[in-house]
Amino acid sequence: METRTGVICPFCGCLCDDLEITIERNKITNAKNACAFSLTKYLNYMHERVLEPSIRTGEERTNVSLEDAVKRSAEILVNAEYPVLYGWSSTSTEAQHLGVELAEELGGAIDNTSTVCHGPTIEAFQELGHPSCTLGQVRNRADLIIYWGSNPLQSHLRHMSRYTIGAEGRWRKGRDARTLVVVDVRKTYTARVADYFIQVEPNKDFELMSALRLAIKQEEIEQDVVAGVPVEDIEELAQLLIGCSFGALFYGLGLTMSQGKNRNLDAAISLVKDLNSRTKFVMMPMRGHFNVNGANMVFLWQTGYPFALDFSHGYPVYDPGVTSVVDSLSRNEHDAALIVSSDPVANFPKQAVESLYKNRLIVIDPHRTATSERADVVIPSAFVGIECAGTAYRMDSVPLRLKKVVDAPSSCLPDEDILRRLLSEVRRLKGGS
Amino acid sequence: MKAILISGRSLGHGLGLELGKFSETYYRSAAACEMNTEDMKKVGVGTGDFLRIATENGSVVVRAVEALEELPQGVIFIPYGPWINAVISPRTDGTGMPSYKGIEVEIEVAKGSEVLRAERLLAQQ
Repeated sequence: METRTGVICPFCGCLCDDLEITIERNKITNAKNACAFSLTKYLNYMHERVLEPSIRTGEERTNVSLEDAVKRSAEILVNAEYPVLYGWSSTSTEAQHLGVELAEELGGAIDNTSTVCHGPTIEAFQELGHPSCTLGQVRNRADLIIYWGSNPLQSHLRHMSRYTIGAEGRWRKGRDARTLVVVDVRKTYTARVADYFIQVEPNKDFELMSALRLAIKQEEIEQDVVAGVPVEDIEELAQLLIGCSFGALFYGLGLTMSQGKNRNLDAAISLVKDLNSRTKFVMMPMRGHFNVNGANMVFLWQTGYPFALDFSHGYPVYDPGVTSVVDSLSRNEHDAALIVSSDPVANFPKQAVESLYKNRLIVIDPHRTATSERADVVIPSAFVGIECAGTAYRMDSVPLRLKKVVDAPSSCLPDEDILRRLLSEVRRLKGGS
Repeated sequence: MKAILISGRSLGHGLGLELGKFSETYYRSAAACEMNTEDMKKVGVGTGDFLRIATENGSVVVRAVEALEELPQGVIFIPYGPWINAVISPRTDGTGMPSYKGIEVEIEVAKGSEVLRAERLLAQQ
């Protein structure tokens, strides 16, 4: 039996780095300090596992060698007019880098899963910027925490204990040293432990933030109730926010997926800017998949744009609403798709899924997924952070190196290795190097 | 009855993701509609009864359950997954992001129907 310490969890954007993984004969038997999601991942990562590459002909699926699967994938992609390469949030930055290179080589489109999570956040950040900091600063200094449209007790299970209200920071220690505000449509588990719960009506976050900004500027709100919230409660909240020493706004998909979308984030950024004229305030999106932030980072540093990229002109074009994958699939623009470590069939609106079904589909993933079930080519891969090392970006944009803790099945290579082979084969078919 | 649908993460849904999209845990979590008890009475469903959720985009049958996390009247919650995707519009308002929250839906009792497993639901698409 062996215990690996300081292991970084590859589940969510918290990238908790204090796990102790127990291994017996290359099998993970325990994960100390892991949350329920993380523990389930470590103990079940071999469940529903794909172990052999396969090619589907009609309704029949045949196991093939990795070399044949890569060749068939390259043929599909090279012969496609306008392939889309999608996923990228549950793999390493090294693999993401190769994905962008492959999209450019193919003249295709590439998008990552932020397009259906914090894409509107990124759009607003690019327009307006955003005041932020590391999670360590929040842990050490923040005396007021807001979760807005976010329910970490159901989604980021250790966020509160490691970084916010339960954290033992250098200057702020524990629950009594911090005030918790939750703004949500539902009285969530997180809301139940809040000092202040503001129940906003669905699709009214923009209105509430606008009213809160007025209250912070001590301007009159000419209504009794805004977004279902009495004005006196809004004014009390404004005084609370102004009165803190270091405030941190964490927000979730409650802002990005409801009416207003990126404009909700414009309002949030403006709110935090207003607060910074009275006190110190930062903001941070609660990123879901463990390296979705890395996907934004890699796309950004390679092309200048964070997601929703079109290389069909020979240079990157970024136009969310047009070049974003749900839009382009819904217009049936693609004739092939490569999906890497993602499951769009289980996550996209059905019109976008139907478009995926109509054309050639390649999946690189460790698991059997709803998408791999319909794929023409399936290539199994190794789990980043469990079976192979790789770099990932935490939600506060701190890059961390994830470790390998057990050996992968011999048939499962890291995404990075598979993509390097695929890129090489695509270039060979195109008559390049 | 008209309602506002919001989707999101839940503990069961998150665990189901790790156990697989075809697992019982995922099915039990993502094919369930959490409701306010007053709304359940109004529609005439109890926990475990079948409920049809419809938008102009499509309809799907899910299982009604009493909300674990308090919901206001007129608001229902279904975790992300193929079931909710059956009624979500692909329109993104120029952002790339479909509206997975705050959607106007019509809900009704779906006696005699069944809550399809992910395999069968997706096979229909």
